[in-house]
Amino acid sequence: MKNQSVTNNIDWISIIIYASLVIMGWLNIYSSSLSSMEDTYEKQLIFIVLTIPLIFIVLSVDGKFYEKYASIIFGISLLSLAGLFLFGKTIAGQRCWYAIGSFTIQPSEFAKAATALALAKYLSDTQINLKDVTRQWQALAIIILPVLLILPQPDPGSALIYSIFIIVLYREGLPAWYVWTGFITILLFVLTLVLEPQYVILIGLLVLLIIHFKSRLADRNIILSSILFVLLSGFVLSVDYVFDNVFKQHHRDRFNILLGKTVDLKGIGYNTNQSEIAIGSGGWLGKGFLEGTQTKGGFVPEQHTDYIFTTVGEEWGFAGSLVVIALFTGLFLRIIYLAERQKTKFSRVYGYCVAGILFTHFFVNIAMVVGIFPTIGVPLPFFSYGGSGLWGFTILLFIFIKMDANKVNEW
Amino acid sequence: MRKVLLPSLIILATFLLVMRIFYLQVVDDTLKLKSENNAIKKKYEYPERGYIYDRKGKLLVANQASYDIMVIPREVKKTDTLEFCQLLNITKEDFIKKIEKAKIYSPRLPSVFLSQLNKSEFAAFQEKIRKYEGFYFQKRSLRDYEVAFGANVFGFITQVNEKLVEKNPYYNSGDLIGQQGVEQSYEDLLRGVKGVKYFQKDKYNREIGSYKDGKYDTIAVQGEDINLTIDAELQKYGEELMINKRGGIVAIEPSTGEILALVTAPSYDPSILVGRQRSKNYTELYRDSIAKPLYDRGLLAEYPPGSPFKILTGLIALQEEVVDEQTSYMCLGGFSYGRGRFQKCHCKSFGPLQLHNGIYKSCNAYFSNAYLRTIAKYAKPAYAVDVWSNHVKSFGLGSFMGYDLPTGKKGNIPNSKTYKRIYPNGGWRGTTIISNAIGQGEVLMTPIQLANMMATVANEGYYYTPHIIKKIEGRQIDKKFTTKHVTSIDKKHFPPMISGLFDVYNKGTASALRVEGIDICGKTGTAENFAKIGGKRVQLKDHSIFVAFAPKDNPKIAIAILVENGGFGSTVAGPIASLMIEKYLRQKITRIDLEKRILATSLQSQYAKLGGLSAAVKLQLRISDSLLKKKTIIPNLKVKIDSTKEKKQVI
Repeated sequence: MKNQSVTNNIDWISIIIYASLVIMGWLNIYSSSLSSMEDTYEKQLIFIVLTIPLIFIVLSVDGKFYEKYASIIFGISLLSLAGLFLFGKTIAGQRCWYAIGSFTIQPSEFAKAATALALAKYLSDTQINLKDVTRQWQALAIIILPVLLILPQPDPGSALIYSIFIIVLYREGLPAWYVWTGFITILLFVLTLVLEPQYVILIGLLVLLIIHFKSRLADRNIILSSILFVLLSGFVLSVDYVFDNVFKQHHRDRFNILLGKTVDLKGIGYNTNQSEIAIGSGGWLGKGFLEGTQTKGGFVPEQHTDYIFTTVGEEWGFAGSLVVIALFTGLFLRIIYLAERQKTKFSRVYGYCVAGILFTHFFVNIAMVVGIFPTIGVPLPFFSYGGSGLWGFTILLFIFIKMDANKVNEW
Repeated sequence: MRKVLLPSLIILATFLLVMRIFYLQVVDDTLKLKSENNAIKKKYEYPERGYIYDRKGKLLVANQASYDIMVIPREVKKTDTLEFCQLLNITKEDFIKKIEKAKIYSPRLPSVFLSQLNKSEFAAFQEKIRKYEGFYFQKRSLRDYEVAFGANVFGFITQVNEKLVEKNPYYNSGDLIGQQGVEQSYEDLLRGVKGVKYFQKDKYNREIGSYKDGKYDTIAVQGEDINLTIDAELQKYGEELMINKRGGIVAIEPSTGEILALVTAPSYDPSILVGRQRSKNYTELYRDSIAKPLYDRGLLAEYPPGSPFKILTGLIALQEEVVDEQTSYMCLGGFSYGRGRFQKCHCKSFGPLQLHNGIYKSCNAYFSNAYLRTIAKYAKPAYAVDVWSNHVKSFGLGSFMGYDLPTGKKGNIPNSKTYKRIYPNGGWRGTTIISNAIGQGEVLMTPIQLANMMATVANEGYYYTPHIIKKIEGRQIDKKFTTKHVTSIDKKHFPPMISGLFDVYNKGTASALRVEGIDICGKTGTAENFAKIGGKRVQLKDHSIFVAFAPKDNPKIAIAILVENGGFGSTVAGPIASLMIEKYLRQKITRIDLEKRILATSLQSQYAKLGGLSAAVKLQLRISDSLLKKKTIIPNLKVKIDSTKEKKQVI
């Protein structure tokens, strides 16, 4: 095992998709950086080149290492997040970075992989049954701990990503009502913003009544239904209250843009409007590499980071967007396929986490860029400018590729 | 089941994103347009307008440099505002107001601070402009009129209106366009083609380079110079003669149809519609609905022509062979027709008249008889009127004629349809419409139509469509101006008519207006007119009309003159015609007394009845004074501003 090549048994499909995405990402960063007079594309090239030794290190480490030291890695990661409160550097109001010379590093980008490892370790270590409420809370604690450290930075985008772990837990046996609760919560939240709270409560009441009277007589539980109704009403009213009184104006605005309530295109609506214009002007085939007028004009803010997909949309058109989306979706499904093939529960859970984390980033980012999700700072994996992000995602993915390559040797 | 959730979510989400992107990129068109507005800036390069010369190559309209002072509010530093205002001759309040206005437009983009300064206004400022940060200037090209006349011929330059901007993709809001006169009818030639440069903008609206390396850029094409058929000296003289009168003069060269002079009065100095006073002056001219200085009476004043129309009545009667040169009618101070109706005649013949003396004495009785015979020739008066109408129309009457000026009136030549409308129950006969014989009734003509009629008579039966374009930078003019239009009257009928017209000067109504050594053929006329004054219909002094051509053999000029409320044809219009003819054929005037009298004749008291002297009339009077004082200072050499046109510097 020791003298085996690091490339033995690795999944080339995933690696080719990964490499394509990184290269495409760099081309788009190159294009978008021409307007800003900054050397972002040069820096990103350095980051990309540095991923190569990083990948070799990740692949060279013994497959068992990650399982063995998952808890320690998680612990270090939590410490690094906590350390931000003491030593962190504040950029644009967010205390998310450690500064080492001119380079900055964002620990939350690495915490996702650490959390995935810890969760996989926890679920594989013991014969855990997630039907057990104590186990459920313990598993949820692993997820919530880093969230509690990330939220006050404040970095709601990164925190949001952790919600996908619920789906992973569900895969491993978490009762369905967790997922339902999550889903219904989101639904109620959106409905309350769109409609007046009283209507939402009325709709909720109707749905509950239908469920109540449609179910078999024996299952009817008037107390449970009543409690559900009270909870629902309470949630709706508190959403209304929180939205109006606790949210800051810029939070409200982000939702209002989506709901079409705000049309101040010079102010808060500027980002979304400009990014829609840039993408929309691409047409079927786009304007061509380095020919995007919106990109050249620097109309889209943060184009090389969170809004990098606008360059794809403008310069490569619908065709290019489709290619990028297909590559991402292909990668996610490939990882899930590989995860299901794993011999150990540890690597299966980890694989699921990888797919989930990447997917959440992908969906939230592009949905935001095309204007169907509130403005929230989430990078597009492998595409967006930034060393921490690129390395975080690379480590996340290649740990799984290493596990997958190892599975034949785990007899 | 638990295995399916994440893959399903992924596929669902992907589908959702693809739908949304498809909508943005393929379905929603508005985003592309927004993108262009966002990021691409078009900059136009305006070519210099073509010059306008007269028929002899004298420069009439050129261009002058004008200067717009531009400001970028953000870059303006605290300076000596007082000196700045003095240099530009504005008040401090103006200064503050203009800066504020520019700031509202954009603090970091240039806007016009003060527009259309001429060279002398700009000169003082130019030396010091470097002192004032945030200000710079932009050179533009404006019309420079070398003469103080011909405003109606040239037209003027104005900003294009929004309606045209929507209709014609060439023009953008704020572009300049020729209006009225040749500036309008030859706009496409004179303006050239503007060039366009595309620039990539950034989010601050700054240019950051050319768009696609100038792949779509075009170069401006200079406007073309044109020569008019106008004789500058004659035009100027005509306008001088018309001072303090209202009316129009049209002079045509019969052998070509070229318009030698096109005068309307009152007019204005074309240069008042250039520069900083432009809009103020234009409003004054435009608002004057009584004197109508912007109304080209030579093309638009429609009146019953009166006696000059007898020429056609006679020619048609000859052509229809209802009279010959020997046919004679009695004139007993008038002409009675049907149930005791009587048409007065002033020819004082009290005896038999033939065509020849009928025309030089302008006998109503003779031509009424001839007209009745023409109508009676055919069994049905409707058919007869149509035959007559077609003869008249073959002289280009009752139509716009197709000349190359942007305004006109058709006039009116009645036919059977006209009378069917007026008399729906029928019952009309030759006597009913007898007024047509002497150019009254339903017949309406404009001065240019009268001039064209005379040109046709001078040519003995054909004419060329009147036109004002002579040359377009060496290219041929439109074929329609070199195509002969032959009338339905045989050539042989013209000489007797011409000899009658010749005797108008020898023995007839214009005998006092003979010019020694020039054989003129002409015809006087008057047109009755009415006006509503204080709610009552009042008959005003007749409009004075005169038509003529000269010399009798090998005619060089045909002319029509209308002087509103000028009285009998031979008092004002006739003298003007003979002076114009002498001026054109001899380039000098021998009858100084007549010239003095006409120049001194003022009909302003007549016009005052119509509503007093408006501001524009006063303006016109002022301009007229300056016109008289302004000696012919037409420079022989004019250096153009634009070096690309060097070849044509010397006139």
